[in-house]
Amino acid sequence: MKDLSVSNVEMIYELPKGGSVHALSDVSFELKAGRLLTLLGPSGCGKTTLLNIAAGFLAPTSGEVALGGEPITGPGQERGMVFQQGALFEWQNVAQNISFGPRMNRKKKSETAVIVDDLLATVGLKGFEDKAVYELSGGMQQRVALARCLANDPEVILMDEPLGALDALTREKMQGLILKLWQETGKTIILVTHSVEEALFLGDRLFVMAPRPGRIEREYELPFAKIGLSVDPRELKASPEFIEKREELLSMIWGMEEQIMGHDGGTL
Amino acid sequence: MSADAEEPRPSQSALRLGRKTRGSRKTVTFGDASEVSSSRLWVLISLACLMLAWYLVTRGSTPILDEKTFPSQGQAWDAFRELWNDGYRRVTLRDHAWASLSRVGKGMIFGVLIGVPVGFAMGLSTRLRGFFDPIVESFRTIPPLALLPLFIMWFGIGEASKVNLLIWASVWIMIIASRAGVLGVRGSKVHAAYSLGANRWQILRYVILPNALPEIFTGARVALGVSWGTLVAAELTGTDRGLGAMIYVASRFFRMDIVVVSILIISFIGVAMDMVMRFLEARLIPWRGKG
Repeated sequence: MKDLSVSNVEMIYELPKGGSVHALSDVSFELKAGRLLTLLGPSGCGKTTLLNIAAGFLAPTSGEVALGGEPITGPGQERGMVFQQGALFEWQNVAQNISFGPRMNRKKKSETAVIVDDLLATVGLKGFEDKAVYELSGGMQQRVALARCLANDPEVILMDEPLGALDALTREKMQGLILKLWQETGKTIILVTHSVEEALFLGDRLFVMAPRPGRIEREYELPFAKIGLSVDPRELKASPEFIEKREELLSMIWGMEEQIMGHDGGTL
Repeated sequence: MSADAEEPRPSQSALRLGRKTRGSRKTVTFGDASEVSSSRLWVLISLACLMLAWYLVTRGSTPILDEKTFPSQGQAWDAFRELWNDGYRRVTLRDHAWASLSRVGKGMIFGVLIGVPVGFAMGLSTRLRGFFDPIVESFRTIPPLALLPLFIMWFGIGEASKVNLLIWASVWIMIIASRAGVLGVRGSKVHAAYSLGANRWQILRYVILPNALPEIFTGARVALGVSWGTLVAAELTGTDRGLGAMIYVASRFFRMDIVVVSILIISFIGVAMDMVMRFLEARLIPWRGKG
């Protein structure tokens, strides 16, 4: 298992019409293997940029992200990615989507079949292997996306608002699935979300990020993810400790949003 | 009793003919696309109107259009039977149609074989897009028939000039369609594939190509229609085989019945080809529009 280290990452986007956006300013942290880190913050705080740098889709202006001491220079299968939606291959059925990684790696057919079978059971899609992905509901599509990512047995799973497009009820169910996968596989996960409740419930570590320039504003170690599966999640989310944290984060983010609005001359 | 059961069920025949279903509770239907469907009843009415108009302008002893100008339905039917049984000028109707179809087929095959790789190159590389852009943009607007004299000078009066003309007619459409297909691939799909360990070749083969197939297929459908239209004009010279050649020869003998029947056959084959393409599309690319 490999630790992820982010050191002095700086990201400046040059705009085509001149000027620049300071998307990330001097971001550094160490993430031990097996932790679940959630990134929360208003739009423009650089959380997706940070995720894309870790995935290797973007190169930082300066600084470095390394996994197990190896600097990240491009995409690689030790870092799996789950997107919000629309990243499944609609020309392939459920089983073919899940087996995409092993097939690209030319794994033996028999091995691949076992992997797919196991994952179908893990994400609760047994019996759907021959379905076209566009026939599935949004929640089931995200189950396929999770399984597809796990099929390569990555060290780190990067999730870019994986539940952002789902309705509230499906979302809560899928949060449970992500916790289950995290606890059963022991993978390192970084999850970007807009939802305060989701960031608190899923993150055993949480960064609140702030914009202009994008940076880590506050850091939390949280107890909820570890017990999230053993207690009723609704009860947990209604507990005084959870609510207290939730209100604290909400007012912090609300403050940032107001600052941005003030900046732009907007009024509420 | 449930609310559904109380609604009057439209009769089976009303559904088949596409008449407005009475069960609809919508108060706004004008401008609602889902309320407009192709009504078979009105398709039949439309065809009947065409046939009636044809009948009216050619009927009687002194018709509006006499047989030197436009044949009556009876004359057209006789001409069709004559063509069907004896062919035209010692070539069977099937051979005429086959001559035309095989020219279009060859033109399409080369159009696709050249157009798709060029379109992909333009969708994948800045340099190649820059290089091909002026060529495509300036050449695609040239009507194929304007080039016919030039092509005859270069490739002779025979088959080569016709097939090359048809390649010209289809290749620009295929280039633009393939380029659009490649550019339409969602970044997250490509990113996901890279993160799953795919190399460039695998991305091309397993992500970009299937993602572009619906656009390529639409391009092929359009190109086929354009080729079919171009072909008939291309057959006006240098051949005595083909549906277009039939029209030209028959017109020199003032056989308007043969001319009109040939036109109808061309139209019929054109519609049939499009139906086949749509059928293939539904079978081969069920994921179209589902991304």
